[in-house]
Amino acid sequence: MIGAAALALIVAIALMLIRALSGPTLYDRVLAVNSLGTKIILLLGVIGFLTGRPDFLDISILYALINFVATIAILKFFRYRSFQVSLSRRGKDGA
Amino acid sequence: MTGFEGATLAIDLLNITLLTILFVVAIAIARLRSLFAIVMLSGIYSLVSATWFVALDAVDVAFTEAAVGAGISTALFLGAMVLTSRTAKPEKGATKIVPLLVVIATGAVLIYATIDLPGFGDPNSPANTGVGVEFLERTYPEIAIPNIVTAVLASYRGFDTLGEVGVVFMAGLAVSLLLGFGERSLGATVRREDRINAIKDDEEES
Repeated sequence: MIGAAALALIVAIALMLIRALSGPTLYDRVLAVNSLGTKIILLLGVIGFLTGRPDFLDISILYALINFVATIAILKFFRYRSFQVSLSRRGKDGA
Repeated sequence: MTGFEGATLAIDLLNITLLTILFVVAIAIARLRSLFAIVMLSGIYSLVSATWFVALDAVDVAFTEAAVGAGISTALFLGAMVLTSRTAKPEKGATKIVPLLVVIATGAVLIYATIDLPGFGDPNSPANTGVGVEFLERTYPEIAIPNIVTAVLASYRGFDTLGEVGVVFMAGLAVSLLLGFGERSLGATVRREDRINAIKDDEEES
């Protein structure tokens, strides 16, 4: 059962990888990286149950936080070309 | 230790799959010319290799890889891209073949070195007969921290770790002094010079 879940996740990761490798636009790649990160986190949880150590779930929660922060940083970079602008401010020259 | 029968086989298959993904991503990084795609793919590489480290029971290494590789260095690479161009120049001639030869030679030497290593979990290996066993026996009665790696890193080797933190802090300080912040940062200066040059070009044309 858990093996089937791991297999499904591997297939999903392969699909995301194809999109990240071929993705014509930047946003395809950003989206592919973000959802591939999510699949990796789920795979970590599955590995935990596969080896009989469910405490791997804690590690995958930390990975989820890192993945989220990295995606926000990438998107913010593309909006402002800099990390030093606060997210709430709307710059006059925008992107 | 394993959850159910056949779990060892499943873990072996997972290891092989993760290594295949790493291989594909590495080849793609070497072949692509768009720097943004390379940054995204190196983030993927770090996350996948961190997962592989967890599957190999090296949880602390995996966490460092995820935080530094997927988090910080993606942001740093993007920041560096502001200062340079968006695509890499194609290599030609000797620069194309020499790195490949170096990598193959290094890999062959490393594979040759693994022949001498003791088997995984071998009770007679140096790691399981020397100080390792002593740490396993003494750590819990002495400082009552269940994770031996954490205990060694933060307690037995505390001064060494403090020195490392100092070195990392100084490196970060030096980098931020070089690159600067806000109006006077290197990125802002480069952009300002670009703008001035563009205005000059326009004036010369008109």
